[in-house]
Amino acid sequence: MSTILRADNIYSGYGELEILHGVSIEVNEGEIVSIIGPNGSGKSTLMKTIAGHLEPNQGEVILKKESITSLKPDQIIRQGMCYVPQEDNIFPSLTVRENLEMGAFTRSDGFKEYVQDVFRIFPTLKEKRRQKTATLSGGQQQMVAIGLALMMDPSVLLLDEPTAGLAPNLANMILKKAKEINESGVSILMVEQNAKEALSMSDRGYVLAMGKKQYEDTGQALLNNEEVGQLYLGA
Amino acid sequence: MDTLVGIVNYIVFFSITAGIYAILSLGLNIQWGYTGLFNIGIAGFFAIGAYTSALICGPQPGLIDWRVVGGYNMPFIFGLLGGMIVAGIAAAIISLPTLRLKEDYLAITTVGIAEAIRLIAKQESWLTNGVWGINNIPAPVYRPISNGIDGFLNAHPNLPGWMESLIGNGYNWFFLFLVIATLIIFYLAVERIIRSPWGRVLAAIREDETVAQTSGKNVFGFKVQSMVLGAMLMGAGGSLYAHFAMSVGPNDFKPLLGTFIVWVMLIAGGSGNNKGAILGAFTIWGLWAGSDFLVHLLPLSDTRVAALRIIIIGLLLELILLRRPRGLLGEEKGISKLLER
Amino acid sequence: MLQLVIYGIVWGSILSLGGVGLSLTYGIMGFANFAHGDIMALGAYYALVLAAFSKHIGVPSFTFGPLSFGFPMLIAILGSMIMTAITAALIDKVLFKRLRKVQSIILLIAAVGVSFSLRNLLQFVWGPQPKYYFKGIQITRKIPGVAARIKPDEVFIIAISFLFALGVHFFLKYTKVGKAMRATSDNPSLASTVGINTEKIITWTWAIGGSLAAAGGIFAGIENRFITPPLGWNMLLPIFAAVILGGIGSPYGAMVGGLIIGLSEELSTAIIPTAYKPAVAFAIMIIMLLFRPRGLFGRG
Repeated sequence: MSTILRADNIYSGYGELEILHGVSIEVNEGEIVSIIGPNGSGKSTLMKTIAGHLEPNQGEVILKKESITSLKPDQIIRQGMCYVPQEDNIFPSLTVRENLEMGAFTRSDGFKEYVQDVFRIFPTLKEKRRQKTATLSGGQQQMVAIGLALMMDPSVLLLDEPTAGLAPNLANMILKKAKEINESGVSILMVEQNAKEALSMSDRGYVLAMGKKQYEDTGQALLNNEEVGQLYLGA
Repeated sequence: MDTLVGIVNYIVFFSITAGIYAILSLGLNIQWGYTGLFNIGIAGFFAIGAYTSALICGPQPGLIDWRVVGGYNMPFIFGLLGGMIVAGIAAAIISLPTLRLKEDYLAITTVGIAEAIRLIAKQESWLTNGVWGINNIPAPVYRPISNGIDGFLNAHPNLPGWMESLIGNGYNWFFLFLVIATLIIFYLAVERIIRSPWGRVLAAIREDETVAQTSGKNVFGFKVQSMVLGAMLMGAGGSLYAHFAMSVGPNDFKPLLGTFIVWVMLIAGGSGNNKGAILGAFTIWGLWAGSDFLVHLLPLSDTRVAALRIIIIGLLLELILLRRPRGLLGEEKGISKLLER
Repeated sequence: MLQLVIYGIVWGSILSLGGVGLSLTYGIMGFANFAHGDIMALGAYYALVLAAFSKHIGVPSFTFGPLSFGFPMLIAILGSMIMTAITAALIDKVLFKRLRKVQSIILLIAAVGVSFSLRNLLQFVWGPQPKYYFKGIQITRKIPGVAARIKPDEVFIIAISFLFALGVHFFLKYTKVGKAMRATSDNPSLASTVGINTEKIITWTWAIGGSLAAAGGIFAGIENRFITPPLGWNMLLPIFAAVILGGIGSPYGAMVGGLIIGLSEELSTAIIPTAYKPAVAFAIMIIMLLFRPRGLFGRG
């Protein structure tokens, strides 16, 4: 299994404030990797840096053997990696279908197939395809956001807290869908608050705290790790 | 020698108007430069000051006067203070509903308000004598000085022409002194206020409004006070204008020379800087007057000339915004960075 | 009374045309274009020139039935829409584009500067006296079944405004560029992330806004039969009111807002002096800003 995405020794932050102090992670092809940790640990900052929304002070991001550290988000998309931010991730006044159309904006072909793929994974979206996304529930909006990213046919999907603000059953549904997407061949790097659920479906996981990597292991191993359990999983 | 005197007389006249504009500019600087309030309704406060002063000091409604109020024939100082107070009150009333709006909404609202004031000036003849305006506003201390000058000239009939012309213009020298004195008083007052605790809160609000809000400052109250203070200066300018021109009418307060040019002055001089406000006023008014000469050299009709001058000022503004948005003097050090990103 | 409704619909249609353009630029670029009214006036003057030019090169100038104009004016309308669109996009490229990175207030001041310069440029070139589109006046005709009269020109204005509104609707709803414009208005950063060329969208916005503004200015000229340089500036306040009423960024809102403002202004003359008409639009705008700033159809 080859590494498809790597972040090497990332130092990153906002202006004078450095949040990440030398974090390295990697995602192998076909894996689901979760990053968990307490609030303020730098999980979102790491995602934004990898996604190209933030330039690191030090370190490199490598996608499929090419360095993408200084690329802008729309360029990174063309390299095959899509980022679904936690907020502001849809076009509220557009319909579901139009949102998906925007995702495929730069594609000149295959729109119909991609849309069918997305509808297969999220049947609710097919049902509500003519509805304005602003009128959808939080969970449904999340589905639109993820669907939008899928329309760009990514090899790697970055999910930033996909279950944030969702009721437990909806959260589980989203994570199940993520697994489904992964099974269709998309590698996933995910930041999650629902640490237990995330780790249980992940191949591997990282525990981030205070801007540094604290633990790194398979998902199952982290779940069984007593220390991790006490400190981070609220065991 | 005659031409020299002519030039001197013109400079006196020019400086009076420039000085009045400088006062307006100082007022705008308080609202915009120090507080970030986007007031495009300067002409409104200017008009209120002018009309109030005219009503307080002016003559009784005459035969061809539609007015029902006014004409109390009070001395100038009452007109000046009255103009300031009424303009301040108007600003307070207007501020209460509107200052909470976002900047661009505030801007449009102030345009509307200035227009509304102009409409009222035009319509409500019982107050303002409508389109005919209020005339025969007495200039302060006019009679004594005028008589004095006449007396002097009559007693010395053999003075050279240029000297007669110079002395004959003597009243304007007095008015200039009045304007400059007022300007200096306002300048010192504003500088004082800005460095006071009140001014420091204002700077904090401009730096970061939310922080100031959470530390318990009544941000809204400060904004209203700033608006009122600026308006009072504008009202004073209006009063001075009314007594210099000796008549006011709704057409004196059109958006161009009432509002737009003051903005250009402040930006050119440097918003957030009182010296800049004054410098900008004199510079831009100088350019405006200069353009009058230059453009009259061209074989164009009067209205075309007027339009061309405004185009020049407009283009100048755009150039300044593109090349040097800080203006000539930039913002005063130590007071926050409103023009920076 | 019903007559006032007719006036209101005519005036409202003209305001709508101005409003849609303003709402688009406001929504997509986030700044209030104070020069929009003067762009409308520019369009009206472009039309004046084009109409005269058309007649000069021999385009037959018979009038279309009861309307006051014929082919030359038609050519003038289309030509002016194109020319104004180009002019608006140019002004953006030369000036506003460079100021976009700076605070939006600077943009506002710049727009005010453009407004004054443009208006006086019109006065410089054509003078302050009214320039007539047509001679004489048009007789109103009775509307069958209703106690009101209307001029054939006014029917044209209402009909074509409605057609343009429909056109804008179809454009925004069904074309790729239109959807991209709506997307950019919703979420500019996501739009650029999915690969939408924001600069191109902005140019399109100016082009559409400018062409509709031209139409609005020309129709105002057709309605009054003459144009003067402050034509647009005088309409700016009611148009802003229409946009705010309808909701910034919502072209449909601007259309509805335009009609409401138009009707309100005309109907108000039954109770208050005509001179205060602009105050009515202003009052409505203030009320909206205080109680429902996002307007009728606007987003949060």
